[in-house]
Parts: sequence; C-alpha cells; structure tokens
Amino acid sequence: MISTDIILETANTLMEKAAIEIPDDYLAGLKIAAKEEDGDLSSFVLQAMLENYEAAKEDRRAMCGDTGTPRWFVKFGNEARINGGPVGLEHALRKATADSTKRIPLRPNRVHPLWRTDHDNNIGIGAPEIDYAFEPEGSWIDITAVHKGGLFGTDYRMLFPGDGIEGIKRFYLDSLIAFGRRGLACQPAIIGIGLGGSKDSCMVMGKRAAALRIVGDRNPDPKIAKLEQEFKDLGNSIGMGAMGFVGKSMVIDCHIEAGCCHTGGMPMSVHAFCLSSRRATARIHADGSVEFRTDPEWYTPYQRRETVEWPLKNNSQKSA
Amino acid sequence: MAPKKQLTKVRLSTNPDAAALRALNIGDIVYLDGIVYTAREGVYKKVIEDGAEMPVPLPELSGANFHCSPAATREDDGSFTVSAVTATASFRFSKWMERWFKASGAKLVIGKGGMTGEDYKNVFVPNGAIYLTTVGYGTGALLGRGVKNVHSANWLDELGIAQAMWVLEVENFGPFIVDSDMDGNSLFERENAKIAKNLPKLYEGTRPATLKRYGETDDRNDEVI
Repeated sequence: MISTDIILETANTLMEKAAIEIPDDYLAGLKIAAKEEDGDLSSFVLQAMLENYEAAKEDRRAMCGDTGTPRWFVKFGNEARINGGPVGLEHALRKATADSTKRIPLRPNRVHPLWRTDHDNNIGIGAPEIDYAFEPEGSWIDITAVHKGGLFGTDYRMLFPGDGIEGIKRFYLDSLIAFGRRGLACQPAIIGIGLGGSKDSCMVMGKRAAALRIVGDRNPDPKIAKLEQEFKDLGNSIGMGAMGFVGKSMVIDCHIEAGCCHTGGMPMSVHAFCLSSRRATARIHADGSVEFRTDPEWYTPYQRRETVEWPLKNNSQKSA
Repeated sequence: MAPKKQLTKVRLSTNPDAAALRALNIGDIVYLDGIVYTAREGVYKKVIEDGAEMPVPLPELSGANFHCSPAATREDDGSFTVSAVTATASFRFSKWMERWFKASGAKLVIGKGGMTGEDYKNVFVPNGAIYLTTVGYGTGALLGRGVKNVHSANWLDELGIAQAMWVLEVENFGPFIVDSDMDGNSLFERENAKIAKNLPKLYEGTRPATLKRYGETDDRNDEVI
C-alpha cells in the first residue's frame, strides 16, 4: 500500500527536478548540436543555454522563467494500491503543484480562459492535467512531472491517405518553419509527431512523443524508426537554428507515435518540447521506497499493444 | 567547422541616451544595468484602455519595458522572491505599443522574438526606441542572477503575479541580442530572408494537403505572426 504522504513528498521533489535540472539525454543531444553548429548567432545562443543549465543547478532556480503548464502522467502497475485511493493521489498531485509553485517558485501561468483569474498556484478548472496509464505487472506507481510550454510549436491537421508520406513531410516542415522563425518554438527541441488516432488522441500521442520519450529512443516499428531519423535530419537541413537564426540545430530528436485511425483519414499533430525539456519521473514502490529518473518509460510494448489479449505472468486478474 | 565570429558585447543603461542606442548594431549582445519593469497585456490594458495612472514615474525610473512574467512569489512577510525570469512573445502586444511609448517614454523594449519590421519602422523609430530579444529563450536562470532586488510589484492583487508590473533592480542583466536598431532594421527578418532561399528545395516533391484550410498562406516566405 502506497501512502499519499509519500506521493506528496515525491511529487514536490519531481516539480523541482523538472523545473531546475536539464535531463541528461537532452543535455547530451544539445552538446552535440552545439559542437556541430557553425552559425555565429545560433552558436552564441546554444552556449548561453549550456551556461543557463549550470546556473539553474548551482542556484537551484528554474531554468526558464516561463515554467510552462505543469502537468502529471501517472502509471500504475496492475497490483499497485494507494492508501486514499485515486482521489487521494489526485489531491496529493494538486497540492504538490500549488506548494511547489510558491516554493521553487514557478510562474503561476494558469488562468481562467475568459476571466483571466489567476489563483497564483497553477491550480484551477482542469489544471493540472493528470493522465493515467497501466502496466500488466507491478505494485509500483510511476509519476512523471512535465512542464511544457503552452503557446507555440504545436499544430494539428487532418491529412488523408492520398497525402502520403510527402504530405506528412510537408506538414512537418510547415510546423517547424512557421514556429521556428524568431525561435517561437524555443528550438532546438525534441519534436513529437502524432499520426492517426482520433483528433484528440492524435494530439495526445504527439505531445507524449515529445515529452515522454528521450533523445535516442526509437519507435519499435523499424519503418517508423527510419522515418524518425529522416525527419530529424530533415529538420536540421532547413538552415535554421536556435531563435530562427541561420544555423543547423533545429531538432535534437524526432519521435513518432502511431495509433489506428478512421480508414479514410490520416490525422497528424506536431509538437515541439523546448530548450529546457522539463520532465522528471519517480517510481514509488509498495514498500515506500522511491527511485528518481529522467526517462518516463511511458511507451512500453503494453502501451502500444495491438491485440485483445495480453498474457499476464501472474494470476492477479483472477484474485479479488 | 567554420570559425565563429566574435560578437560585440555592450553594457547599457536602462535609461540610455540616443547616442548609446545609435551605437548599437543588430546582432550585438547587450547586458543591462539599472531598473527594468515588466508590462504586458494586463498592464497595457490597464494604462492605455482603462486610463489608470502609472504606479511608478516613467521614464524617470526606467526606460526599459520587459515583456515578461517572472517566476516569483510573495513571501508570508510581504517580501518578494524573484527566481527565474524569461520573456514572453512580443508580437502579440503590437496594437498597444504606439500608445505605450507615448505613455511611458520607453526606449528599450525587451521580449521574445521581436516585432515586425513594420512595427519598428512605424512605431519604434519615431519614438527613438529599439528592441532587445532575450536569448534562447530559456535563459531564465542567467537573467534571474542579474536581478538584484525587487523595487516594487504593482497591481499584484488585481492582475496576479504573471501580469503585475514588477519593477526590478538589475545589474549585468543579460544576455540580450539587439534585434532592431535606430533605423528600424530587424535581425530576425534579416535571418528569415537568408533562410528563405533554402526553402523551395526543401519542399521539392511535396504538394499542398488534400483538405485546405481557410485563411492560410501557401507562401513559405510569409511569417505566421
């Protein structure tokens, strides 16, 4: 049984890590980009970013003053049980969001869309979002905090099978170029692409592809993996670097998630995470121990399953 | 790897005179000393549309308008902690700038991503102002180090932390890049033009999507702002 006290404490730490500590995978990717970049201005920007990551860690202050819209991704092993239940978990995550906004501090970005009311704590109607997933084995829960920017770098379009790979490529380029100019997308970034699903799940897949998969990760479908690499290279061949200056560092990695869609369509979404790639994950075990990591490990074979049946190793399905 | 050009670095007052601004070239790196204040849609609406009086004397106190909401908090003892500061995209504030320059006498506008060359020529140049862009745009921790003190946080209860007018004492506050100069030239637009040359080749073999969308441009030299 996992206590909500431990969830609260862990969630507070995750908020801090996400805001302050650049994930290793992204940092390594950015260092490679900085080495290869030969645009004067783009190089200056990447060097400034590298200094900024150090300053954030040294001072324990947020990497970026726009700390995005904090949100949560929670995954349950099938045997995980929480003292206080799912409602207790949600309370702990909301409390950690509010407490951390004041403590770290984060920018209280969340306001009512019409009345612009700001509770100064990033809490409100529908905020923060909490997404859930499940894994067939385990008595742990994984909690991931993501602070993603909220305004630019994302687009959705209903394409059709006749548009083909060239249509996908065109919309991808459109999104990078439209939002890359002046650096509105805060590139170089991890780009996530959602292909298929319904309109809403297409957006969700793309966002998760950007925020929940790490640099270097490849889709298990070899043809999609090849497309990911091609799109990474394509993005870096635009001639645009950081802040939209002449350069070649636009995409630190490209991740594509596919989901089955209506037979007549091919919906597509494109999402840019940002120069700060703010994510942090913890696994809380049933005995109360906690392990922190930077890889959310969200996409597993189970999350991408295609069949009705899924073989379970134990008989927990049958137990009461 | 081609040799990288050394960029010019300049220390600038937040109440700069025309000569200091005239000496700046687009692409120069600037660090500020003095006082900056944040003002974005909340403050603009209040001053320009509702006619509220400025809570601090401008431009005497500061000639530097920062398009920013800080990651800040009000402590229980009433003091403020400003940790990381990062700009927000400026193009959205275009419609208020002419009247804001008249009301505030600002000479420096600091933000994310610049404004259009048209805004620079029509609004900035006649008011003797230039635009400085933040870098990255995530250098919030470096900028946070340059904030030495919170002078005041105005309209905090009314507008909230994100939209309040924060007046910040700064030292060696930066880096920023000069986007527009006193003639209204734009660094971003210069870079856009260079990159545009590569685009036709990049799009070769693709064709417009089957389902069109209203109101969009198909000219890749256009911007979306």
